[in-house]
Amino acid sequence: MKANHKSKLLLAALVIALLLLPFITDALLGRSWVRIVDFAMLYIMLALGLNIVVGYAGLLDLGYIAFFAVGAYCYALTGSPHLALAFPMMFPAGVHLPFWIVLPMAALVAGGFGVLLGAPTLRLRGDYLAIVTLGFGEIIRIFLNNLDAPVNLTNGPQGISRIDPVSVAGVSLNSTQHIFGIAFPAVHLYFYLFLAFTALVVFVSQRLERSRIGRAWMAIREDEVAASAMGIDTRNLKLLAFAMGAMSGGASGALFAGFQGFVSPESFSLMESVMVLCMVVLGGMGNIAGVILGGILLALLPEVLRHIVVPAQQALFGRTLVDPESLRMLLFGTALIVMMLYRPAGLLPSRVRRRELGADEPAAETSVYDATH
Amino acid sequence: MSESKTPAPSMGAPKAGNPLLEVRDLHVAYGGIRAVKGIDLHIDRGELVALIGSNGAGKTTTLKTLAGLVHPAGGQIRYEGGELHSIAAHRRAAMGIALVPEGRGVFARMTIAENLLMGAYSRSDKIEIATDLDRMYALFPRLAERKYQLAGTLSGGEQQMVAMARALMSRPRLLMLDEPSMGLAPLMVQKIFATIRDIAALGMSILLVEQNARLALQVAQRGYVMESGAITLSGAASELLGSDAVQRAYLGT
Repeated sequence: MKANHKSKLLLAALVIALLLLPFITDALLGRSWVRIVDFAMLYIMLALGLNIVVGYAGLLDLGYIAFFAVGAYCYALTGSPHLALAFPMMFPAGVHLPFWIVLPMAALVAGGFGVLLGAPTLRLRGDYLAIVTLGFGEIIRIFLNNLDAPVNLTNGPQGISRIDPVSVAGVSLNSTQHIFGIAFPAVHLYFYLFLAFTALVVFVSQRLERSRIGRAWMAIREDEVAASAMGIDTRNLKLLAFAMGAMSGGASGALFAGFQGFVSPESFSLMESVMVLCMVVLGGMGNIAGVILGGILLALLPEVLRHIVVPAQQALFGRTLVDPESLRMLLFGTALIVMMLYRPAGLLPSRVRRRELGADEPAAETSVYDATH
Repeated sequence: MSESKTPAPSMGAPKAGNPLLEVRDLHVAYGGIRAVKGIDLHIDRGELVALIGSNGAGKTTTLKTLAGLVHPAGGQIRYEGGELHSIAAHRRAAMGIALVPEGRGVFARMTIAENLLMGAYSRSDKIEIATDLDRMYALFPRLAERKYQLAGTLSGGEQQMVAMARALMSRPRLLMLDEPSMGLAPLMVQKIFATIRDIAALGMSILLVEQNARLALQVAQRGYVMESGAITLSGAASELLGSDAVQRAYLGT
């Protein structure tokens, strides 16, 4: 009982801290950092989505950013003047669907692409699946790059700009709003929007993990043949994992497009897929808190470096010897090697991984009720 | 053995005239390679049937085909009077066909308890599942001691017990065991086979695939000998044990 009370207090403190986060960040570090935090939230959503595919179902996906791209372009096409270029007769002013229609649509379209990727790869596992998904990610990016002809659908490498800002209940998030006399700048408003969606993804992940579906995914991850012999419909459940992961990616892509006001294929390179996968692996595959931590660390690292490395070198040597970008890769690589040596299961490993490494004793029994619901 | 006193989960299906499983002219091919070339076999209710033969004879392929994991190129599989042909693997599991795969296939990063509960995946009768779980722990006391240990950290024999208990958790009407003795210490092999005998004694229909022909034929009522994709001999286990061909080829005497 007491522990329950304590955890409720902790949760309340966490919620308050998160609600105040943009203001604190703004006051301490400046407005640009609130924007960085916003991007970190998008990365967390992506990492949580990928965690469903890689962490729960054990399907190594190296092209995950493609779903982010699909979601972003969904929003860009249906919330900007761009389609007026391709179809001037049909859409003289472009398409401007409201955000609350575009967002679920982007998630569903991305989910559809997830199934599209999943269906032909059902028989593949491990390295082979990784190669195919990697190819899929590149195909999507190259399509986006080249679909400016014969009909200008994506505007090619220039990307699509002038995307409508997200507006909630008629209130545009792109301008400062005053609520109860407090000024909420655009970056703050987007922060709360992203926070809400991240919370939703966390909630869904948590429910999935403890559900029948979640346990079936884990069984598939452990041994597909045995899982199938246990009565698990491996085909549908693998497709479901792809679709669920893709939907989360698609939704964050749409949020990204609305936030950024501009999308172009270069935001969806292989490096981004690798980055998101690293967040999952570094943080702790299959563990929600670990994945969030991984997302925060890897999303903030380049920014921290950018703000520290150059001024520090200037102060020390009077010039910049190493640019922050290459230092980022150096540090990143070192961090991954150190991690693999000392914390192979991630910073915050999942319960099972922790037990596997003999770190702690199993606490509670799995009751039959838990197991059947 | 004290273990055999435990009532098993509804294993005593009544004997009937028609066989539980009947395979006719089954053909299986991997690409162009024919692994099973037209075999016939049947299992009656409550019978323990051994399928023996050397490496690469097509025994595992036969089991996988029966479980729905491999699709046959031709032939018929009738189970409880119905054709299995177009039924997917996971549906067959729900129909009471349980496979303990070769190499055991335990879910390594799940606990023993979680493994056993996965066996009941197709069932929704919570209370019955709980009693079956207790029955499994009574049947395999070693697993009861290690309930919350990860299955991957167990010895080979213990993993075999997990795999068998997990299969039984589905309340199968046909239990198929693929090489349960593989890679186990002789003492453990004895133990596993004693358990198989116990399960069979409770009325379970079992199809046992083994390379260890003598052991398999000692516990089975009937046996089939498979060689390069075809069944070359069949009959009562005691006859096969005594037959010259089997003696020479598999028993090394």
